[in-house]
Amino acid sequence: MTDTPDPKPIAALADTGPTAPPRSQWRDVWDQFKTHRGALAGSIVLFFIIAAVFIGPSLWPHDASFIDILARNKGPSLGHPFGTDQLGRDMLARMMAGGQTSIAVGLTAMLLALGLGSLVGVLAGFFRRLDGPLMRLTDLFLSLPLLPLLLVMVLLFRETLSGLFGPETGIFILIVVAIGVTSWMPTARIVRGDVLALKEREFILAARSIGTTNYNLITRHILPNVASPIMVSATLGIANAIITESALSFLGLGFPPDFPTWGRLLNDATQYLQDYPERVFWPGLAISLTVLSINYMGDGLRDALDPRIRGR
Amino acid sequence: MLTYTIRRLVLAIPTLLFISLVIFLLLELAPGDPMAQVPLTVPPDVKEKMRLALGLGEPTHIRFVKWMWQFFVVEPMNFIDWAFGTAFSEGQQRVLSWQFRSPVMDVIAQRMPQTLWVVAMSYVVGILIALPIGIYSAYRQYSVFDQTGTFVTMVGYSVPPFFSGVLVIVIFSVQLGWLPSIYDTTLKVVDWQSFKLQLMQMVMPVMVLALQTTAQISRFMRASMLDNLNQDYVRTARAKGLSEWTVVMVHVLRNSMIPVVTVIALGVPNIFGGAIITEQIFKVNGLGQLLITAIEANDLPMVQTVTFIIAVLIVFFNIVADVLYGVLDPRIRYD
Repeated sequence: MTDTPDPKPIAALADTGPTAPPRSQWRDVWDQFKTHRGALAGSIVLFFIIAAVFIGPSLWPHDASFIDILARNKGPSLGHPFGTDQLGRDMLARMMAGGQTSIAVGLTAMLLALGLGSLVGVLAGFFRRLDGPLMRLTDLFLSLPLLPLLLVMVLLFRETLSGLFGPETGIFILIVVAIGVTSWMPTARIVRGDVLALKEREFILAARSIGTTNYNLITRHILPNVASPIMVSATLGIANAIITESALSFLGLGFPPDFPTWGRLLNDATQYLQDYPERVFWPGLAISLTVLSINYMGDGLRDALDPRIRGR
Repeated sequence: MLTYTIRRLVLAIPTLLFISLVIFLLLELAPGDPMAQVPLTVPPDVKEKMRLALGLGEPTHIRFVKWMWQFFVVEPMNFIDWAFGTAFSEGQQRVLSWQFRSPVMDVIAQRMPQTLWVVAMSYVVGILIALPIGIYSAYRQYSVFDQTGTFVTMVGYSVPPFFSGVLVIVIFSVQLGWLPSIYDTTLKVVDWQSFKLQLMQMVMPVMVLALQTTAQISRFMRASMLDNLNQDYVRTARAKGLSEWTVVMVHVLRNSMIPVVTVIALGVPNIFGGAIITEQIFKVNGLGQLLITAIEANDLPMVQTVTFIIAVLIVFFNIVADVLYGVLDPRIRYD
């Protein structure tokens, strides 16, 4: 009767080859990061702040330490958008100079804390014999009263280090080391947990079976796999370090008075709170905005780096 | 559970001993001289006697043991004497402050009420605000309330107390003149009028501290609620026909509170550390302010004792948090 049609291949089973070009992991991470609006806004604001603070001084005519005693305590004007302080120094220039120090302290202290934390975490997770002692040490550090100890440390060593490296570099080293030494513990705990889980995976066994040394195993196989939690704690670490430095400066135990940081400027401004309340606003806003944008970035980064959330 | 608690408590002893040693050795490096304030006309041999009177003449390890004896034996005995009118500590040397020349513990006892009033009140207020926010944001995830709540807690997390504190002073004391910017500790609450004054001077420090607490705890509460809201037992409870209120406020909330309670316990000692800055801003003469002035005045026994008390609080509340976790959540077995 009727002819049976030729058996056509079922369309769905036909092998068409990959339709989209291959995507790298970091491309995926970036795509996920973009969908987090707060994180995106945070990174733009942070980028703007960093650019303003580091490029700004070369464009702005006033110097942060130039004293113009006749123009002291001026309100905002075209020449001085943020006004001038009690010695007639331009507040905008001081804000930019202060931001350089605050951000530099934040970054360096974060790097130190991250290095220490990752080292302790990887060693504790990888070598079973070191696990007990290192984790007891971490617990010990976690039960120290950190802010009082920071204050004591800064007070005790500032003279010595100022003498050794000069007042500014000395205090910088002191504050960075003090903050770094007191904030590595959360990173160490997170990294240790991840390393413990990774150590049992097959690819580590495979690498070990072809005779990879411990050093190579850690640097090539373990570290790249714990990079994402380290990156997340890095962002939170910067925020924490900036706040701690500002707190120390605010309590008068940070950088010397003629050396502006955001915390120092805030502290100076509180003494003139009754007469010039608006002067408090800018340094405080700068600290809060920086920390807020970094926190949002960390939030977005945490989502973007988590493969279980990514792609949904 | 009991063995676990006892083991933790026993393990806390070497930890605390080590912490006290670390603090002591750190202070030992202090360059300042407590005799620096003494006039130059005082002859050197008298000065030497004054040093001995402060307990400075002996080697480090002997002074450390003496401090421990005074802190762990004499001071508790003194407390018992004070409480029950006995005389155990008669004639025993107590830890003396160099700047006040009076026992450190007496000064701390004077400062404690202010800190406890402001700090404890702010912690309670913070928790009371945080819990409903956390619960509702999780229940209506991604709603406008949730988005605003997340933003506000993010801001509360990021704005340091030394800015929010100064900001509320500018707004409410300088501009509006509603609230006093300085905490008056001599104020005694006797009648309605003084109670109102006390309330007014407490509002700003309490709110500034509470903002931080609220930010942390409401985020925790939200995350914990979200974890539980999608569990099977919630669907079962709804399928049984329980009201939405019972499902959320009884079934989900009770399970979500387990991690939150431990976070609340862990945060108690932190608030004493964080209160240092707030007390400085509002000029509350509490423990934090005492510590700062002691550091500036080189009053080593005071710094040592206050720092150690904070360390004891941290260690103690760490244990409380861990034990609570085990008690509240039967899935966690330490033994």
